[in-house]
Amino acid sequence: MGDSQYSFSLTTFSPSGKLVQIEHALMAVGAGQTSLGIKAANGVVIATEKKLPSILVDESSIQKIQLMTPNIGVVYSGMGPDSRVLVRKSRKQAQQYYRLYKEAIPVTQLVRETATVMQEFTQSGGVRPFGVSLLVAGFDDSGPQLYQVDPSGSYFSWKASAMGKNVSNAKTFLEKRYTEDMELDDAVHTAILTLKEGFEGQISGKNIEIGLIGTDRKFRVLSPAEIDDYLAEVE
Amino acid sequence: MSIFEYNGSALVAMVGKNCFAIASDRRLGVQLQTIATDFRRIYKIHDKLYIGLSGLATDAQTLYQRLVFRHKLYQLREERDMKPETFASLVSALLYEKRFGPYFCQPVIAGLGDDNKPFICTMDSIGAKELAKDFVVAGTASESLYGACESMYKPDMEPEELFETISQALLASVDRDCLSGWGGHVLLVTPTEVQEKALKGRMD
Repeated sequence: MGDSQYSFSLTTFSPSGKLVQIEHALMAVGAGQTSLGIKAANGVVIATEKKLPSILVDESSIQKIQLMTPNIGVVYSGMGPDSRVLVRKSRKQAQQYYRLYKEAIPVTQLVRETATVMQEFTQSGGVRPFGVSLLVAGFDDSGPQLYQVDPSGSYFSWKASAMGKNVSNAKTFLEKRYTEDMELDDAVHTAILTLKEGFEGQISGKNIEIGLIGTDRKFRVLSPAEIDDYLAEVE
Repeated sequence: MSIFEYNGSALVAMVGKNCFAIASDRRLGVQLQTIATDFRRIYKIHDKLYIGLSGLATDAQTLYQRLVFRHKLYQLREERDMKPETFASLVSALLYEKRFGPYFCQPVIAGLGDDNKPFICTMDSIGAKELAKDFVVAGTASESLYGACESMYKPDMEPEELFETISQALLASVDRDCLSGWGGHVLLVTPTEVQEKALKGRMD
């Protein structure tokens, strides 16, 4: 191949043992909009702020929370276009699993597949790492689950987590508010309060997004009207 | 003569109350000549899941090796055993991959699910599943097995009676088939134990 000279991996170890490209990717995530997730006793909620570059943008055309399977939803912090690639690949993996076993893919398996893709993009030639972290919320035979997947390809299971701008504030807030026996509705309230903490301007159903999954194992994204109802409960 | 009848085989699985039994004959032949009289067509996937492969013996063994490989990888990846239903879908997918050059096998799958609910199913050589509540049969003796099972089977049999029924059905059927016989293997699987027995029948 003629271009092989230039297609070597851009992620090369620095003498101190760090992969600088991955650190830069994490910076991109840290500069992204805040997202958070909370695992309740009977479900999981994920939420994110939806700040738009201009008031002229039609906010109803943007959806940051997406479904990977009917029982698994995902939200990102960082670069939106990068997340679409991951969601597309993950959905395909989920369908391939279903085609083989005629059984919905377990959350752990889908998260592992997604993380594998992210790892490959830290070691392959001619590509760059993904500028996103994902929060994956799902409910399967092993109960409600919340995972965070980072650009390095590492993944963790969380009771509650946050990422993007204001991570540390949001995490401290969640640490104070979190209890093991929290119900899904409480978790939604806590999620809204956490977002509110670091929110610039007035929070409304149009500038945040909430996705949740309960014991019915159907992940759904709340409509602005439903979010407004929750906001009224919080106040 | 069909390639499915080259080696000869008889396979049957039956459901009882919280248990199942799977049985096969012991003959391996090359058309009318008997090669072995202690041949096994029933393989273990895990403690509560078995697969019997009727048809061409060489393909049965290769298919079994592939299935064990896939199941071991699944165990490592997911840290659990496959459910019988899941395994049946896997077998079906692997068979259909070879749609235009199939394994000349008709599998019979029997297992106990999560709540020890028995599951049995069979499929053709290209993976079309056929689920049943009572019994499934396969092999060159399948026609006589259908008759024997239809007249002998009762729902919700206890393990002892199930063993007796499947054994009688098998022995009666292989005597009506030139290509299978020489006694049989019977596996009786309950939630707590697995009993394996070798049957003697007409050894000729």
